[in-house]
Amino acid sequence: MRSIISDQDADILREVLIPRRKILYGCMASGIMMTPLSSVFAQQQAGADEIMVDRARNEPIPIVIPNFGLGNGSVLTKVLTDDLNNTGLFRVISSTSPTSTPDFTSYKVMGARAIVTGSEVNGRVEFRLWNALTGEQMQGTAYSISASGSMGEDIRRVAHMIGDVIYERLLGDKGYFNTRIAYVAQTGRRSEPTKRLAIIDYDGANSRILTGGRWLVLTPRFSPVSNQIAFMSYVNNRPRVYLFNLQSGQQRILGDFSGISFAPRFSPDGRSVVMSVTRGAGSDLYSVDLGSGSKHQLTNSGAIDTSPCYSPDGSQIVFSSDRGGRQQLYIMSASGGGAHRISYGNGSYAGPVWSPRGDLIAFVRIGGSGFSLGVMAPDGTGERILTQGFTVESPTFCLNGRVLAFCNQSAAGSRGSGFSSSIKMIDVTGFHERSIPTSTMAMDPSWSSGNS
Amino acid sequence: MKLKLISAFGAALLLAACGGGDHKGATTGNGNVSQGPSVSGPVPGSQADLVANVGDRVFFEFNSNKLTDDARATLNRQADWLKKYPNVQVMIAGNCDDRGTEEYNIALGSRRANAARDYLVSLGVASDRMTTISYGKDKPIAEGDNEEAWSQNRNATTSVR
Repeated sequence: MRSIISDQDADILREVLIPRRKILYGCMASGIMMTPLSSVFAQQQAGADEIMVDRARNEPIPIVIPNFGLGNGSVLTKVLTDDLNNTGLFRVISSTSPTSTPDFTSYKVMGARAIVTGSEVNGRVEFRLWNALTGEQMQGTAYSISASGSMGEDIRRVAHMIGDVIYERLLGDKGYFNTRIAYVAQTGRRSEPTKRLAIIDYDGANSRILTGGRWLVLTPRFSPVSNQIAFMSYVNNRPRVYLFNLQSGQQRILGDFSGISFAPRFSPDGRSVVMSVTRGAGSDLYSVDLGSGSKHQLTNSGAIDTSPCYSPDGSQIVFSSDRGGRQQLYIMSASGGGAHRISYGNGSYAGPVWSPRGDLIAFVRIGGSGFSLGVMAPDGTGERILTQGFTVESPTFCLNGRVLAFCNQSAAGSRGSGFSSSIKMIDVTGFHERSIPTSTMAMDPSWSSGNS
Repeated sequence: MKLKLISAFGAALLLAACGGGDHKGATTGNGNVSQGPSVSGPVPGSQADLVANVGDRVFFEFNSNKLTDDARATLNRQADWLKKYPNVQVMIAGNCDDRGTEEYNIALGSRRANAARDYLVSLGVASDRMTTISYGKDKPIAEGDNEEAWSQNRNATTSVR
């Protein structure tokens, strides 16, 4: 496996203005300007320019992170350090002095494999990544935060962007730090809950509530470019799928059927949303074109067909159905037609999601011992259970397919005492389970693939 | 003229209520006594009447929408009641325990609401008087997590709109 992206790739970095739009009303123009920094000390040492990632994965990669400065700089240092440590794949070694050219010898003695240097001064952040073994600069970028934006948010964002660069350069996969999670925030009694649409940064920062709470909302799902959320709302006691535009704050009905429309999921090209629609004793799958609004019926089994999710190439759909008795997972063409079953273990299988890598399908398995979260190959082989709990459901992959977020709920005592619902994350390896802090009970997470 | 009649009728009821001390505060659960303003108990044809004298809820087995004998008995009473109050419109909400996923339970709750609705239609209640909705596992009437709570939460609940 290739562990480090070539410097040619890195040099493709040109001056780019990343548009930053404020969600909700009142878009303020602000931005983060990104410019490459020339190599201070670039030299090629043949045969020594790779970090052995496969070996490093057995234990976290030691990486030196400096203190970027006071105030905003220290926020940046903390956010970046948490990003890297939270993956379980890095071990951050704190360094007090952000020197421009590191003392490689002493860091090598400390066991460091990569070294970050940099500073923050008045919204300008300089960042360099060095290979500790070769002394080579792997990356150098300056970020300028425009004064018109929210410095607190933007500094966190720059920290996540730097983290993503480090992750990608050292592990070869895209980083997922500059992303958000849409979820349902729940307050009130369990029997009469208030549920609101909400989003947070992937690390639990910048929580925002998007809907008022008068009507129940369920199952938010990010669009591929992360600027819209499809979700189910009970407005006027007519539960249907709606679309929430994060730029304008506007909502519109998407699943306008005589039955209840629910379980929405965007197609990978973002042009349509597949969903379930109740009919009689079951529910059928439909795709709804976002442009024309045209509806295309995909299943007609009379059973409960639900939780549809596209393969990353958009050619197939995995879904759950109780057409054979208990709920099982099935795959069919994205245009509908015959479906073949892929799950055969004991219990029932539900809520499948296809990894953006294409190699795994995550699912919920419900059996005698409660709920489990697992993964299997799309042909149904290689089933592995990652975690179990009273209720573990709603798995959602991060953009590189290495980590799943999910909803974790505890059993309630009488009158709801002791009930809790939170968002957790776990690596697809089954290791490194951890909680994402939210200010209310949280459920139904959907992980964005970007941060528009 | 009309007003006079009503006040006379009301006065008569008031007199009757005052005269018969034994009947003071008696409810009208069987529904065959005309009610005036001074008689306590649920207003006939109201949600309270449905809950107190008919039964607004039918229960299901795990992951099932099959109507049990108890459920049919309750729905039989609901059908009679709905025929008696032909202007009443109802919403039937399907609910589930929390031993299924969010999305599946929306469909299962809908399945249960439809089972109750279809049975009422078969008993002669006009389908356009009834709407259905499903709350899945999101409105558990019993807030605990044990067999007793789950059996309460697997229901179809009829409410006056």
